[in-house]
Amino acid sequence: MKEADFRDNDTLELFKHSGGNILFTTIDAIMDWGRANSLWPLTFATSCCAIEMMAAAAPRHDFSRFGMEVYRASPRQADMIVVAGTIVNKMAPVLKRLYDQMPDPKYVIAMGACAVSGGPFFYNSYHVVRGVDHIIPVDVYVPGCPVRPEALLYGVMQLQRKIKLETLTNPRKTENLQ
Amino acid sequence: MKEVINPPVRNIEDEEYHINIGPQHPSTHGVLRMVVSIQGETVKSLKPHCGYIHRGIEKMCEKDTYQQIIHLTDRMDYLSAHINNHVVCLLVERALEVAVPERVQYIRTIVDELTRIASHQLWWGCFGMDMGGQTCLLYGMRDREKIMDIFEESFGSRLLHSYYTPGGLMGDIHPNFQKRVKEFITYFRKKIHDYDNILTGNVIMQERTKGVGILTKEEAIDYGVTGPIGRASGFSCDVRKYHPYGVYDKVDFKEILGTQGDTFSRYMMRMHEMRESMKILEQLIDNIPAGDYSAKMKAVIKLPAGEYYQRVEAARGELGVYVVSDGNKTPYRMKFRSSSFSNLSALDHMSRGFKIADLIAIGGSLDYVIPDIDR
Repeated sequence: MKEADFRDNDTLELFKHSGGNILFTTIDAIMDWGRANSLWPLTFATSCCAIEMMAAAAPRHDFSRFGMEVYRASPRQADMIVVAGTIVNKMAPVLKRLYDQMPDPKYVIAMGACAVSGGPFFYNSYHVVRGVDHIIPVDVYVPGCPVRPEALLYGVMQLQRKIKLETLTNPRKTENLQ
Repeated sequence: MKEVINPPVRNIEDEEYHINIGPQHPSTHGVLRMVVSIQGETVKSLKPHCGYIHRGIEKMCEKDTYQQIIHLTDRMDYLSAHINNHVVCLLVERALEVAVPERVQYIRTIVDELTRIASHQLWWGCFGMDMGGQTCLLYGMRDREKIMDIFEESFGSRLLHSYYTPGGLMGDIHPNFQKRVKEFITYFRKKIHDYDNILTGNVIMQERTKGVGILTKEEAIDYGVTGPIGRASGFSCDVRKYHPYGVYDKVDFKEILGTQGDTFSRYMMRMHEMRESMKILEQLIDNIPAGDYSAKMKAVIKLPAGEYYQRVEAARGELGVYVVSDGNKTPYRMKFRSSSFSNLSALDHMSRGFKIADLIAIGGSLDYVIPDIDR
């Protein structure tokens, strides 16, 4: 199995600790620290999970402890998109365009059962995209209907771990789904 | 020699210009798309485009049993999830002529009012944020968490509970429920005073909302606008008063009517409603009678063939459900009359002649939930 085939954070962290590029390790560490701790999400939410995303940003759960409090209304200023809610067929091209407008490196969290797989609208529906990974590549899946704010925070922390594995010699490759 | 023809002089101020607001826009509260025709900065007309979150709930209901439908109604107007459940439960109970225990009715009324307060708290926060004050969102969400705690303790989840079932409730309330609700009322009575100090009395906010987005009583009736928005225009439309369900006929509360019909009036209507809801809670919370938490129901619910309609007062206005049954365990046709949809239809009329910035304030005061519009 090649290194790129491993997708779980634990294995990838092992790889990183066991060997890296000597020249760039410090630069890598600084770059990753900066990237992982200033993830600016796009204000994008379609349905119920949006409320829980707002609750995660609100005083009780407080997103900003992880450097995420700056919600950006424009995709050109955002690092991350949290797909909170159902994506229906009419919305799918809009979401794809939003994703394309974001500058690299960009990350995606699929929040909630609808974004992961179609959720409660999976069966007997004619209008729902069954999982947002049909349109854009997803980094972290957070299940739940709706997701609890704590679960979203955990998902964000997993994304931060993933970002910290990037190196200059082995940068993130944006998959191109067509 | 070429003849020089002067091009016609274009006066940009006279030209109409179309801009798209949404589907991804923070102040549309979701994925509403509005095609706004503007002249300068003044809104000439507005066309809302729906369907960006159309999930086909009505169609899905035709394949589901009545117990399963409850879970789909949660996801329509997720901010008043309990009230959405209530309307389907009431319809089934009325069609089957089931006598629901009084305890259930009391608990349902209390939980409905808690939901209404939570919904208005979130609206207050979002409205404040639309007007440019993020403090409001933080304050509103902070107080909303208290209600979420009460819900989580009794019903096991924060936002979508599916707590009501046809005939009763999923389970009994937690022993702490009454204590927690009373604590919340004393807590929130102080905090709602803060709300007034922060936003209601704010001069900038008043300047931006008074006299903006006027909807008269006749227009409100014509457009079918209900809820706090209709009442702000003086249209007395409270379903809790006119077609009482639960134990609303036993409690004393006022239906407050506005006169102006502008954005500020709609704002005040919801602030009053929160206080009235607390009054209802205070009257009921100590008087929950003992008894079962559910009536005896058959495992398979079949409505007799026919047509049924049931309405309740959701946080945004009248929520109706119309069912055509052919005697099977699933409905033949199910139609929801959602309040947000009718309220949105008046947005074009309300925002004409006002500035783009006012449109955001008017939209904020409408408090639409997009999945409730598109279903």
